[in-house]
Formats: sequence, structure tokens, C-alpha cells
Amino acid sequence: MLAARVLGTLAVLLVLSIVIFAMMYMAPGDLVKNLLGNRASNPDTIAAIRAQYHLDEPVVTQYLLWLKGLLTGDLGESIRLQVPVTEAIGARVGITAAMCAIAFAMSVVVAVPLGVISAVRAGGWTDRIGNALSVLGLSAPTFAVGLLLLYVFAYYLPILPVYGGGDGGLDTLRHLILPGITLALGLGAILVKLTRTAMLRELEADYVTFARARGLSERTVRNLALRGAAIPVVTGASLVLTFLVGGTVLAETTFSLPGLGTLLEDSVLFKDIAVVQALTLLVAVVIAVIALLADLAYLLLDPRLRDRIGVDS
Amino acid sequence: MTAVAPTRARSRRLPPASVLVSLAVLALALLAVVLGRFLFPDAMHQDILSSTLAPGEDGHLLGTDELGRDVLAMSVAGAASALVGPIIIAVGSMVLGVILGTLAGYERGWLDSVIGRWTDLLLALPVLLAAIVVGGVLGGGYWVTVGLLILLFSPSDIRIVRAGVMEQSARPYIEAAQMLSLSRWRVMFRHILPNVASLVITNMMLNVAFALVAFSSLSFLGVGVAAGTADWGRQLTDNRAIMFDNPAAVFVPAALIVVVAVAVNLVGDWIGQRLSQVGEEA
Repeated sequence: MLAARVLGTLAVLLVLSIVIFAMMYMAPGDLVKNLLGNRASNPDTIAAIRAQYHLDEPVVTQYLLWLKGLLTGDLGESIRLQVPVTEAIGARVGITAAMCAIAFAMSVVVAVPLGVISAVRAGGWTDRIGNALSVLGLSAPTFAVGLLLLYVFAYYLPILPVYGGGDGGLDTLRHLILPGITLALGLGAILVKLTRTAMLRELEADYVTFARARGLSERTVRNLALRGAAIPVVTGASLVLTFLVGGTVLAETTFSLPGLGTLLEDSVLFKDIAVVQALTLLVAVVIAVIALLADLAYLLLDPRLRDRIGVDS
Repeated sequence: MTAVAPTRARSRRLPPASVLVSLAVLALALLAVVLGRFLFPDAMHQDILSSTLAPGEDGHLLGTDELGRDVLAMSVAGAASALVGPIIIAVGSMVLGVILGTLAGYERGWLDSVIGRWTDLLLALPVLLAAIVVGGVLGGGYWVTVGLLILLFSPSDIRIVRAGVMEQSARPYIEAAQMLSLSRWRVMFRHILPNVASLVITNMMLNVAFALVAFSSLSFLGVGVAAGTADWGRQLTDNRAIMFDNPAAVFVPAALIVVVAVAVNLVGDWIGQRLSQVGEEA
């Protein structure tokens, strides 16, 4: 069961890597010219490009060499920035990771308790506010929220920076607050919905009724239910992650943050294919790994599943 | 009978106020889609002399953008581009979902595994990322982006229909239909489909809202809609530079996206609740 799951993930990644490799050939225009970018086009440089990308080999060999490069950490070179792709990504990954961490922390701290209270007092005013907020959060595109914050904080309340990534340390952290809040709203909306639905279902379960019948305090009962509700919420992680990837691009573009999102956006516009390929694959790998971890978290959270998997495998 | 009566009475009552308002908003939005180009035939008219006017200046209720185009006219005319795409995306993804999901859920076997792996593959890609990369690198226009989003939205429809069909297939009425040796297409699309229709319609409504947000995000990033087009998402990018001179040029289209998306979500939730009530009564 678990082995099949891992193999399935690897298969999906392999197919994706073929599609991503093929992107090089699907881009309109002449392949060599695309790979040359702004560099001068003369017989020498063309020959260098053909050698660098093994263009004279059969396509399958090209793909295998490219894959080998990926696995050994050689992601090619950015034609726009004139540096290795690993370097371009390495320089920007920190700011994106920090922004996502801030957004994630903020949304969990607010959304999970809100979702729990909404479920416990279903129909009450907390529930209504939570529901309104989550509909709004799902309906307001990240960039619209971002632009509104940008306007308010640039014009009426100039206490937080609204542009760029700052110059390291605490200054960068301050620059990340507004993009973080922007992302957190959408994330929180998804989390409130997930938590509320899961919690409602758990509260109707037999074990909750039984726990109440035995006279356990409402607090203890709620903690029990929350543990059961954690499973569907963790499974929802893939949903959260998919949102996060798109949201990162939008939030970084809105606040001109030099992160991976803007790197992707710029590289796509410039047709800097090596960077686009590397980033797409990176995201696919991260999503696949997190989905796998979410499945493993299942096992930690629900002892019943451990037995079932033991039987199946 | 007496037990059923109160439910019937409730379902005939008017929908809640929020849903009524949402329906009115959607009606207005659709009116703008259909009549926009007749109401403001010269929305794209540029006038360099009236560039970037603040709201109210010179007879422009919401001011003008950098090229002197009236923001009100642009926003009404922009409804068509911003809404037609998402509606087609949701409907197209529903059609794909109904066909592939029904086949997978009813036929099972190898067809089911192939379709299952296909949805796995599509779900491994974040919609926005895939659309940015493919649309940007291949340089896709409006309809290419719509087609791409149909493909990327379809896995959720396929899965929902498949689960519904599998649940229905086990029921006695389907066994009876099979005993009468009705053709499998007749069983699938005349007998099973109507019973999963409520799931399908609810999901389609919610997809319209998601597609609206995704599609406008893409036009904000410059994918799918050319610069200078009357389109809500595109207006936000094009007018960012003049945000402080005429905020309406940015916030009116932004508010329109949010309001329409909220309305679609509320109506979608309400339809979902209504249909599941009807299902319980039957």
C-alpha cells in the first residue's frame, strides 16, 4: 500500500518531467534562438549551444542527459540572468519560504480556532462571521486583496513598507508582513472551511456522544473530536498547497518581492526556459512530497489505519 | 405525508435575502455581458487630453485611465471578457467530468484506472502555475487559456461524478435496468445521470466562482488577455501605475470581481442545499 503510493508518486513525477522537458520544443520560435536569448547569434555560439544542450543527439538521449543533470543538481543556466539556475533559485528561495511561513502561521492561528468554534456553535454568530469571511476569502483574488492593502498602507497608514524585499534581517521581515497577510486571507478561508466541516462530522460521531454520556467535560470532548478532525484537515493540505503556489506568484508580483514567484513570472515573460522548467519541476516535487507526508501523517493521527495498512500490504 | 409537508412548505418559501441580492447581482452582471458593447460602443475610445482624471472630473463618473478611457464604460464593457471565459470553463469542465466520470464509475476496469491516473497527473499541477507556464511559454491567447483551464478544472468534476455514479450503480433500479438489457449508454446517461445531476450542478456553480478568480488572476499576470483589453483583471494591471491618481480605475474592477465571485458562491451554496434537500425528500 505504502510502497504502491510511493511508486505512484514517482511515476507521476516521471511523466511530468517528460512534459516539462518537452516544453523546450513546444515553445514557439526557433529552438536555438530561444536558447541563445540575448547573446549574439554567430556560428560559434550556435555550436556552443548545440553542444551544451546535446541538440545533435536523439531526443530520448537529450531527455536522459537532462534528467541526469537534474538528479546531479545541474539545472542548466538562466539565459536572462546569466547565472546557473540553482544559483538564481537559491538566491530567492529564502524570501518565498519566509513569506509562506508567515502566511501559514497567521492563517493557522486564526482559522483553526475559528473553524472549531464555528462547528461547536453551528448557526451562532461566530459561525456566521466565519462563514462570511471564508466566502469572502475564497472569492477575493489574492492580487485584489494585495492591491487594497498596498493602497491603504501606502496612502493612509504608512507604517509598513509596500515595495520590494528590504535589505535583509528584520527589515526584510517587515517587508514580508503585508504580502504575508494577503496570502493568509485566502489560506485562512480554505482552512476555516476544512476545519468546520471536519469538526462538524466528528461531533456527530458515536464516540463523542459516548464521551458526553460518560460525563467527560465538554473541553475534553472537544479535544477528542479535534484530534479526529485533524485527519481530513491534513488531507486538505494539498488543496492549501495548490492555492499557496498560485498565491505566492500573485502576492510577490503585487508587492514586487524578489522571490520565486516573481522569478517564475519574469522567466516566463522572457521565455527563460531552463528556469521555468526547474521551477515547475521543483513545485511538482514539493507538492508530491507533501502529499506523501500528509498520507503518512494519517498513520500518526489514526491508529485504526495503521492496522488496515498492515493487512493490505 | 404529514411529515413531508413542512419541508415542502419550507422549500417553497423565498430564498434568504443574501441569495436574492446575489441573484440580482448576477442578473446585472449577465446584462452587462450581453448589453455592454451596445451600452458603451466607444468604451475603448482613447482621449489623450483627458488622461487619468479623478472620479467626477469632466463628466467621467469614475474618472479615466492613463489613455483617457472612461473607467465606468471600461468596467461595464469588461464584464464580457471577465465572465464569459469562466462560465465556459465551468461548463466545459462539467461536460468533461460527466463523460469521463460516468465512464470511469460505471465501466470500472482498465478505463477507470486510465482516467484515474489522468486525474492524478492533473491534480499534481497547481492550476495557476500550469496556466502561467503553458500560457506564457506557448504564448496562448484567450481561448487557449480557456481550453487549458477546462482541462485543469476537470479532475474535481471527474472525481465527483465518478463517486456519485459508483454509488448509484449499486442500487436496485440500475440492476433492473440492466436486467431489461437496456444499452449501457442508456443506463449511464438516461438513468444514472439524472440522479447525480445535483452534485454536478452544485460543483459547476462553485467552479464558476473559482474560474472567475483564477482567470482574472491570469489576466492580472498578463496571461490570456492582451494589454489594453477591457477586462477586469487586465484593468488592474494596466492601471496599477495610476492607482494613486485615480483609485477607481483599480478598485472598481477589483470590487466587481469580488462581488460577482461572492454572489456566485452564495447562489452555488444555496442551490447545493436545495438540491440535497430535494434528494432527501425523494
